[in-house]
Amino acid sequence: MKIINMNWFASAAVLGAALLSGCDIPPQETVQRGYRGTGMEAVYSPEVLQALVDANQVPAAIPAVSSEGPRAADVYENVQVLGDLSVAEFTRLMASITQWVSPEQGCNYCHVAGEGFAADTLYTKKVSRVMIQMTQNANQNWGAHVGGAGVNCYTCHRGNNVPQYVWNIGVPPRHASGMVHQMQNVAHQESNAYASLPFDPFTRYLLEDNAARVAGDTPLPTGHEASIESTEYVYSLMMHYSDALGVNCTHCHNTRAFAAWDQSNSERVKAWHGQQMVKEMNNAYINPTNQWLPAYRQGALGDAQKVNCATCHQGAYQPLLGANMIADYPSLSRLAPAAEPAEAMGEGMEMESANLDNGSMSGEAH
Amino acid sequence: MREYQNIFTQVQVSAPDYPGVPIGDAERNRTKGIVHNHLLGKLGDAQLGPIYLGTLGVFSLITGLLAFLIIGMNMLASVNWDPVQFVRQLFWLSLDPPGPEYGLSIPPLNDGGWWLIVGALLTTSIMLWWARTFQISRNLGMSNYLAWAFGAAISLYLVLGFIRPILMGSWNEAVPFGIFPHLDWTAAFSLRYGNLFYNPFHMLSIAFLYGSAVLFAMHGATILATSRYGADREIDQITDRGTAAERGALFWRWCMGFNASMESIHRWAWWFAVLTVITGAIGILLTGTVVENWYLWGMKHGIVPPYPPLEATPVLDPMMEGAQ
Repeated sequence: MKIINMNWFASAAVLGAALLSGCDIPPQETVQRGYRGTGMEAVYSPEVLQALVDANQVPAAIPAVSSEGPRAADVYENVQVLGDLSVAEFTRLMASITQWVSPEQGCNYCHVAGEGFAADTLYTKKVSRVMIQMTQNANQNWGAHVGGAGVNCYTCHRGNNVPQYVWNIGVPPRHASGMVHQMQNVAHQESNAYASLPFDPFTRYLLEDNAARVAGDTPLPTGHEASIESTEYVYSLMMHYSDALGVNCTHCHNTRAFAAWDQSNSERVKAWHGQQMVKEMNNAYINPTNQWLPAYRQGALGDAQKVNCATCHQGAYQPLLGANMIADYPSLSRLAPAAEPAEAMGEGMEMESANLDNGSMSGEAH
Repeated sequence: MREYQNIFTQVQVSAPDYPGVPIGDAERNRTKGIVHNHLLGKLGDAQLGPIYLGTLGVFSLITGLLAFLIIGMNMLASVNWDPVQFVRQLFWLSLDPPGPEYGLSIPPLNDGGWWLIVGALLTTSIMLWWARTFQISRNLGMSNYLAWAFGAAISLYLVLGFIRPILMGSWNEAVPFGIFPHLDWTAAFSLRYGNLFYNPFHMLSIAFLYGSAVLFAMHGATILATSRYGADREIDQITDRGTAAERGALFWRWCMGFNASMESIHRWAWWFAVLTVITGAIGILLTGTVVENWYLWGMKHGIVPPYPPLEATPVLDPMMEGAQ
């Protein structure tokens, strides 16, 4: 009898330890972020926070150089976007981009050795030109989302050729041929934080022009017709927001009234602008590069790998925990003077937008 | 000394097969097989069977099993008939109602049609089972408390999957058949209609649900505690109040002033259980049909406390005129 009890006790202890192993070790720190009693608070575990800090260190900038002297466009050929930089600044930025995006392959990731720097032979060079414009546009026109900290190549790339977190238009897993797949109820999907919710909320809300609004906006029915299905799509998108930023719902919302703006933190407005910004990035910048991309850089439907919240945020409520990414690189903080960018983009903008007909690319649309 | 207890008893009474009271012609509806199982005897009666099937029971089982099978086959089809994936992903898998684009029309089989068929089969099965509870009660000369209680639960089921979707004009409003998916539906439903917690009928339903649990525990504990004085003969003690009923009643009177009687406690429990699902059904029925957003409705009627603004600059809807 004693032995049985001991065994029982031991297995209970093992089971208990296994159940608790998923938890962070206390004490946690709690920061109140809303009115008392609403549960609007951020909970931090010191170790988790330390891991986040370690993972979000910005590499040291190459020391600043003179902006005097001849312009890059006058010295080098085919400099379409960064032509107004001094040669020294231009070279410094190229070296920085190499560190950020192709530290292993070096210059040859975009330039063919022996061919000279001017040639647009490699798709990577053409894409990076558009990505520089995308970065400049984000910093100049989307202050409502990127704030003063701004973004540069490292914000997303972190030393990878392609940022770690990108997405493609969702394709259902293999299913019986005659069946219409519901695009949800699939296990192990990172996109919706492992829920059974729709696994591709991005196409609807970060590519197509849909407002992520489903809750009724009047006490009584007045013809508002958001379906349960679209509610689950928005729910899935919110799971992504939350997962990408490493925050819970209350970072933005008072959960008693998710839809009410007057109950929300101002972070929610930033997130809204972020959605518009990402939509513009995907339509106006990413999709046009698809014409150059090799198949291994495309999704199952032949679409370009696109941006979502995780691309920049990577688990932090502010990318790189709010480090200023443009102070050292003023050329990335604003769009280059006109004329040349228009020419550079013209080519890309006319292609078929990755087979998707997405009318509006305007940041003003919802 | 070994003591007879109501559950997990150390003593088991070994009795000959007992087929039940004679019920005339209807007796042919009873199965013949009777099994005695020691483990079952630890939890309740050791005798398993006979089961009264009848036409209702047979067709209820057939339609119920068909529904179960079709749900399973649809789930299996969604993982390309892979049994390993079926097991691994079971909690995620689902048979979903038709998309919103179909409204109340009949969708193709492979895009929600099976959901509609399963709904019809499962409803038939449940309704037949419900009729069966009437039939068996009548055979045993009982009144119909059980059937009406079950009917209350069925009302909630019908509102969720049939009546409300029809009033809303879309099958998509209904609940999917799946473990996680039906939970996601619940969350999405509350989000869509502005927080179900501000629905007064949802509040009542929760109160009755928790109340049911508390009453169940209070009553169970009282009877177990007084069974040594014969409280297990509850019905006897209703009309012929013995020392067990007396002690139980005194316990609650001394505890909280008021005590239910040996009879009324069962009415308390029955009504709490029944009202849980009836108030729930009313609450769901009103959602979207009569009230669009329960939070805003609660604000309008003073149920919801307003909070002061969170930040010095009020947060405005960026899509609103004039907001940045």
